[in-house]
Amino acid sequence: MYKRSLQLVLVLLAAFTMLGAGTPSTRFDRVGHKLMCTCGCAEILLECNHVGCPNSSVEIAELHTQMNAGASDAQIYNVFAAKYGPVVLAAPLRGGFDDVAWIMPFVVLILGILAIVLLLRMWQRRHARLAPVPPAPPTPESEALRNRIRNETNYGE
Amino acid sequence: MSHPMPFFGSISLVLALGLCIYSLLFGTLSLWAMAHGRVLAVAPERIRETARRAGIASFIAVSCAAFALIYAAFTNDFSVDYILHHTSRSLPWYYKFSSLWSGQEGSLLLWAWLLAAYGFVLRLRQKTDITLTAYASTILSAIQIFFLILVVFVAQPFALVPGGIAPADGFGLNPLLQYAEMVIHPPMLYLGYVGFSIPFAFALGALMMRYPGEKWIHITRRWTMVTWLFLSIGIILGMHWAYAVLGWGGYWGWDPVENASLMPWLAGTAFLHSVMMQEKRGMMKIWNVWLIFITFMLTILGTLLTRSGLVSSVHAFAQSSIGNWFVGFLLITLAVCLFTFLYQRDHLRSENRFESLVSRESSFLFNNLVLLAACFTVLWGTLFPVLSEFVQGSKTTLNAPFYNRVAVPIGLFLIFLTGVGPLLAWRSTSLRAIRRNFILPCIAILVTAAVLMLAGVHPWADDDATSSIYALVCFALGAGVITAITAEFLRGAAVVRTQTGKNLLSSTILLTRRNTRRYGGYLIHFGIVVMFIGLAGAAFNQSKELEMGFGDSIQLNGYKIVCQSYSQDSTPNFDTDYALLDVFHNGKKITRLTPERRIYFADTDHAQASTVVAIHSTLANDLYVVFEGRNPDTDKPIIKVFINPLVNWIWVGVGIVIFGTLIALIPPLLPPTRRVEVNAAHPAPLPVPPGAASASGFARSALPGNPLANTPLPSNPGAPRV
Repeated sequence: MYKRSLQLVLVLLAAFTMLGAGTPSTRFDRVGHKLMCTCGCAEILLECNHVGCPNSSVEIAELHTQMNAGASDAQIYNVFAAKYGPVVLAAPLRGGFDDVAWIMPFVVLILGILAIVLLLRMWQRRHARLAPVPPAPPTPESEALRNRIRNETNYGE
Repeated sequence: MSHPMPFFGSISLVLALGLCIYSLLFGTLSLWAMAHGRVLAVAPERIRETARRAGIASFIAVSCAAFALIYAAFTNDFSVDYILHHTSRSLPWYYKFSSLWSGQEGSLLLWAWLLAAYGFVLRLRQKTDITLTAYASTILSAIQIFFLILVVFVAQPFALVPGGIAPADGFGLNPLLQYAEMVIHPPMLYLGYVGFSIPFAFALGALMMRYPGEKWIHITRRWTMVTWLFLSIGIILGMHWAYAVLGWGGYWGWDPVENASLMPWLAGTAFLHSVMMQEKRGMMKIWNVWLIFITFMLTILGTLLTRSGLVSSVHAFAQSSIGNWFVGFLLITLAVCLFTFLYQRDHLRSENRFESLVSRESSFLFNNLVLLAACFTVLWGTLFPVLSEFVQGSKTTLNAPFYNRVAVPIGLFLIFLTGVGPLLAWRSTSLRAIRRNFILPCIAILVTAAVLMLAGVHPWADDDATSSIYALVCFALGAGVITAITAEFLRGAAVVRTQTGKNLLSSTILLTRRNTRRYGGYLIHFGIVVMFIGLAGAAFNQSKELEMGFGDSIQLNGYKIVCQSYSQDSTPNFDTDYALLDVFHNGKKITRLTPERRIYFADTDHAQASTVVAIHSTLANDLYVVFEGRNPDTDKPIIKVFINPLVNWIWVGVGIVIFGTLIALIPPLLPPTRRVEVNAAHPAPLPVPPGAASASGFARSALPGNPLANTPLPSNPGAPRV
């Protein structure tokens, strides 16, 4: 029964994914949100709202020029980084040491998961070692008491 | 005396510093004498009491200083340099009050004041545990000394202008701070930051005195929750301020100052969860102690970041050498924590007996891991520009695209755990229980994902698929968690209804009142998920910018915005440019919006512009309109319109979080469980009603008229207690 329900859900999901397409955000919008305004406002290029900002309008015009010239995303980032320095990129994209920025949080997370799994296994083994004596065979009374305790400790936080 | 009030304020601060030094020295002396059984000329208990009273008196002294500064602001005493730079005669009175925290010196005074206030309450409530409170009070005095040294010697709020002659008017308050929420946001944030000093002081004190048992956690739980609530409210008010004032269409820019507030919040949230492991199972003692140490140190680190100029931020205070003081304090704190831990670590030995990987315990561990991984990511992203400059010689920027890629998946993992954790039992969870508890949430996740895709959310068709995929996963997981929480409420309420005959709503209320901590916690989780759904809406933001003359219009997402007029006005505090825009939806006029651009100090050489955004808000989306300025060539206003979906869900979610926290703080109506005394050798037979194995033990033990609750139980002295 469960298998059949799961199959049905998967088929429905596959069918839905074939339907229509969402509204695509423009490439200009996407690239413009990966560049910074360099006037010192620390804003994303397309979010800098200073009228008369000396930098953002120039950068935006430059972005249009690059796109119209058919430059790829990577080429645009390189051109901007070469002209304004790496601070113009809203996230590090140059490779080398910049990659450390991306990798480190996930390394920490994965190491943490491994550490927790090892720790839990260690505690589990210790628990098994500390309680080696098998309990006495349950009687109906002790079983009823055990159920009651288990329920109360589960729900009675 | 030409400047009585500044003099009074300065003297009060010096007095407070003296009192705190007395409290620290004599508190330490008395506790040392009591711990080692030394005889002093005066009984150590009496010395301890004088130290406590000195701590209480320090609050009065710092309050006098704070009053003096506020008084100076209200009386336009521009002979005080701080007042000169942060107020003006035309400033409304409520902003004069908020000038207390609008600059470096005043905000440090606020910090010292709030710390003294927390210490005041703690010292008054010493009867909870006199010795432990004395340790905590002494540690708090040490922290107070640091902040009082800053305001007495380094950043003096009562410093007079050169020559001591008051100019006719002040420079005024930063326009960005002239917003109603700015009167509340900083005090809330500071109450959060400063509040973590209390659980920190209790934890360090408990470790120093080798405090037996877990009582220090019970004592600090309320303090920690209240602090966490203040910090949460402070952060959210900051988000709302950024949304309504800065005018860039968003509420969170991953600015270092924002990050500085988020880090202790994440660590504090992890602490609030992991202490439950110690309370229930006596586990993770070392972890908990270090978690609260780290949380406190993160509040200091955050302050260091915002005040030292170490990282560049639009929100930061002026760059100054004060950062060195914070570095020194941070190092001393770390050294004290490390030394105390190494010296007393055998006291923190716990059993750590663990039965199953599928249990509440492991979910708490993973929850802690994810929260701390998020905290590390924020810290890493904040400090990486400094690190990259050190390594590569050029600064790298880490802004929204970095956090969206790295922090968002971690956040999604956290939502997943929010749903899973409460469904697992302590010790071990059976396969049957997993199947029973997880089937509905899983269905909810799948159905939500399918419905959203049917409704047009197609990440694979987007130019930038990542954010829409994350949003889709967030909505689906959110639906799963909400279903899980609702099912938990209904399951418990059904048992109460069976027992009491009340309707479902009354049963749910009764259930919550009987275990406020548990169900308050569920409400907090529910609120957090609602907030996440609101945050995920940002993946579908749209915007359009246009120069608008009379009668011009913009169309966006079903809205039509027509410019009726634009004009200028002037007040004593600012000049303003504004537009009158009529908003139509499906051909019908729904509202008129008036976005503004204000120029403060217009006739001076330090004129400053500020935006007043006009927002039409519904549960589905916000129509967010910004007056960006005028085109100098045509003189027409430039209007930018955003459609920001689901933003209101964030604020609604916050309301639920606040409500849930308040519920969790209320003492329960009845004890959720009853102590059962059993003779180990001959357990008395107990009648068990049919279905007992699946019914809530809490409900059976707590409800009147319950056959089990009324069962006479053996009460042999010395029998094991369950």
